[in-house]
Amino acid sequence: QELQASGLPEYIKIVEVGPRDGLQNEKAIVPTDIKIELINQLSKTGLPAIEVTSFVSSKWVPQMADHKEVMRGIERHPGVQYPVLTPNLQGFHSAIAAGATEVSVFGAASESFSKMNINCSIEESIGRFEEVIKSARNMNIPVRGYVSCALGCPYEGNIDPDKVAEVSKRLYSMGCYEISLGDTIGVGTPGSMRKMLEAVMKEIPLSALAVHCHDTYGQALANILTAIQMGVAVVDSSVAGLGGCPYAKGATGNVATEDVIYMLNGLGINTGVNLCAVMEAGNFICTALNKKTNSKVAQASFSTGTI
Amino acid sequence: ASGAYPKRVKVVEVGPRDGLQNEKNVVPTPVKINLINMLSETGLQVIEATSFVSPKWVPQMADHTEVMQGINKFPGISYPVLTPNLKGFQAAVAAGAKEVSIFGAASEMFTRKNINCSIEESLERFDEVMKAAREASIPVRGYVSCVLGCPYEGKISAAKVAEVSKKMYSMGCYEISLGDTIGVGTPGSMREMLAVVMQEVPVGALAVHCHDTYGQALANILVALQMGVSVVDASVAGLGGCPYAQGASGNVATEDLVYMLNGLGIHTGVDLQKLMDTGTFICNALNRKTNSKVSQASCRL
Repeated sequence: QELQASGLPEYIKIVEVGPRDGLQNEKAIVPTDIKIELINQLSKTGLPAIEVTSFVSSKWVPQMADHKEVMRGIERHPGVQYPVLTPNLQGFHSAIAAGATEVSVFGAASESFSKMNINCSIEESIGRFEEVIKSARNMNIPVRGYVSCALGCPYEGNIDPDKVAEVSKRLYSMGCYEISLGDTIGVGTPGSMRKMLEAVMKEIPLSALAVHCHDTYGQALANILTAIQMGVAVVDSSVAGLGGCPYAKGATGNVATEDVIYMLNGLGINTGVNLCAVMEAGNFICTALNKKTNSKVAQASFSTGTI
Repeated sequence: ASGAYPKRVKVVEVGPRDGLQNEKNVVPTPVKINLINMLSETGLQVIEATSFVSPKWVPQMADHTEVMQGINKFPGISYPVLTPNLKGFQAAVAAGAKEVSIFGAASEMFTRKNINCSIEESLERFDEVMKAAREASIPVRGYVSCVLGCPYEGKISAAKVAEVSKKMYSMGCYEISLGDTIGVGTPGSMREMLAVVMQEVPVGALAVHCHDTYGQALANILVALQMGVSVVDASVAGLGGCPYAQGASGNVATEDLVYMLNGLGIHTGVDLQKLMDTGTFICNALNRKTNSKVSQASCRL
């Protein structure tokens, strides 16, 4: 990874999680054709990776019940990755049958969160993922690993950076090509981000790390800046900041892709993404959801008539 | 790129002036006074109280004398007021002000549109205020607007910012607050601007006044801290929209700033809970939602 004179990466890969993480945390169920249109619009923005859907039981996540139709219905642009969540082997097989060519698995750095979220311990969850990762490797399907609660847990409070490093290392050594470290409840600050990354970077190469920051406490961009100053070059975000926080009613969740790109543009960092095109996709989905955007860039640009 | 952070940061609370001035609803005098009194209990050391400007221009600040005379003045806390000219300065001192602020800009067009004169002419006006302030031993804080962009001129050169800052500093301002008036700045432009300004004004005399209109404020502040700036302006509950982008946000929220500084282990002396309570008070009084994400998130837990 090339560094600029400033010490910052020359290029940062943006992983767009709006259609999955974003919509999953929106109250209103979005019709399948709207989901497909959103993803198609995002495919034209230059985004290199767009998380499409989740092959999870519709009993648990009704918003993602149409995972097969969405996977089959979207346009697949060359050079764009379309990962999907696969919490277990059954989901994985279903995803492959529907045409998925990249999958993601979700671990957590907190036992309580793991138990409350997927009803098993961290160790058990890793056992499940091992099956998925084995099958994926047999088929040359890349697997991305997420680690939730990297900077704090809604149940346990503070999380030990060494625990984050331990879980990350497990997922990485099992075969995940990238580990996305998630500040699930957005409580992190540049202080805790630095400490956590220092611990994780002892176990995992920088090039395999991504940050997934939530903006619940307004800290996301400052946390992302800290991460990229330390050399992280992959950042997750959600168009229009879709997706509230399930642990703080009414509060925001994902950081808005538009706001991240605005910052990276200002730092002279290349992302390959067209900000105006993302704002248009954001405008489309917010209109469809009948909600205001969570992106300040979109809000300001719309107000000043620059889009 | 990430050196050491300052151990302490002075937070300058601009909610009662910059915040309320940019709020649509006119706030009754007792509410303003109560707001300032509540802020005085949070540990904040500097609270910008009001503006001695003509009520014709800024109706929200028409009660400047009553506010100045009505607030509890705690020892150790400074209550600066804006004084755009000599008349305002004299009224401020008569009302009990012990510190004043003057506003310059790094953009000619902005100055013209805002106060109907050139940058040069505005500095001449300030000279009168500086002289009078010196005679009365009243410290003067200088603001420079549009340091990272102008609603009329667009891009602003860092050299121009440095030039205006240097003039105001050498005229006698003890501190220069660099304002990203329309919030367009990013960590990139903040770093570039500060590097140039710091060649002309010592970093110990610099403050940053970031607007969060494009969501960049905390990231911009982080960069400023990394470069040695240790004075940061903010507004409780993020009061004060942006007059140049209707409906968009303006000032960065003090709560969100303090949350970040706490996480960095930087001392501010501010009690975050008391600050949030104050934000809740003024938002209720204004019948509006807070712009502070920390406040929003904490209420629901």
